[in-house]
Amino acid sequence: MGFLDRMSTVVQARMEKIMGRMEDPRETLDLSYEKQLKLLQDVKRGVAEVTTSKKRMEMQKAKLQMNLDKLDSQAKDALQAGREDLARKALENKSALQGQMQTLDQQIADLVEQQQKLVAAESRLATKVESFRTKKESIKAQYSAAEAQVRITESVTGISEEMADVGMAVQKAEEKTENMKARSAALDDLLEAGTITDYSGGDELGREIAQAKAKSSVDDDLARMKAEMNIQIKELK
Amino acid sequence: MIIRILGIGQFRLDDQHIDSLNKIDNKIVEQVSKGKEKEFRKSLAKIISMIQEKGEPIDPAEIFPSDIIVPPADMTLEEAKKVFSGDGLIKG
Repeated sequence: MGFLDRMSTVVQARMEKIMGRMEDPRETLDLSYEKQLKLLQDVKRGVAEVTTSKKRMEMQKAKLQMNLDKLDSQAKDALQAGREDLARKALENKSALQGQMQTLDQQIADLVEQQQKLVAAESRLATKVESFRTKKESIKAQYSAAEAQVRITESVTGISEEMADVGMAVQKAEEKTENMKARSAALDDLLEAGTITDYSGGDELGREIAQAKAKSSVDDDLARMKAEMNIQIKELK
Repeated sequence: MIIRILGIGQFRLDDQHIDSLNKIDNKIVEQVSKGKEKEFRKSLAKIISMIQEKGEPIDPAEIFPSDIIVPPADMTLEEAKKVFSGDGLIKG
């Protein structure tokens, strides 16, 4: 059995679940229509979820960028204070965060793609649902039960296939956003736990660099004062 | 013949293309069973672009079932294996 045949079987199994048993043809039409409206709501919710998830990641990205900038300026401060060891540490932290940045960019791109897919799916489904609604009324009005059966089967099967398709897309998007929620929580922890650098003494490296910077400015002041005093002493002589 | 590419929509494809479709389909069977991810993705992309190029897109307002269903281009090898193993691609 070919791959495409298998794929059809998978989709058909899903369609059968959507369709349920078609006993009373007219009732089947209304029932299917209700399910279509519900699925449309699900897709809309899916789009909203992906959008929220994307926004959250964009905020994380901004936060991460702030951390990168901060580490960069700390490395400069440390170098100016003559502490290459601390500058190296800051740059090491920076490089670790840069890796996270790349992952985050990839995830955001992935969410944008999911978002576009769901929006397209929503629009296709909405068009079909509207067309189904018209069709169902005309089938009910024009045909005898026996004639209607054929047409009902065709439209219900056709729309159920679309629903299976859209349902799969919604599910995939949900799985992706779920996955990303977990990863983004992990990144939040990482950002909170130590890589957030702060001159006020929020982390050890930041504190050390601040101390080195303070020490170097004290040294500078001392040197300057000594120089001034030397001049004064020389002048006195 | 009517073909649905999941996530994209339905196309009407002339029956003369069935042979080429079958050829790629057979390749996919082999690639999935041997776990060749790269080749599998290539074949899948080939089927999809072939249908899009040779087929006529069907108006979304039309409602009818398809003869063939093609998975979405982003299907992974793992997902493809599930299609074969019969667990169903996706629960629900």
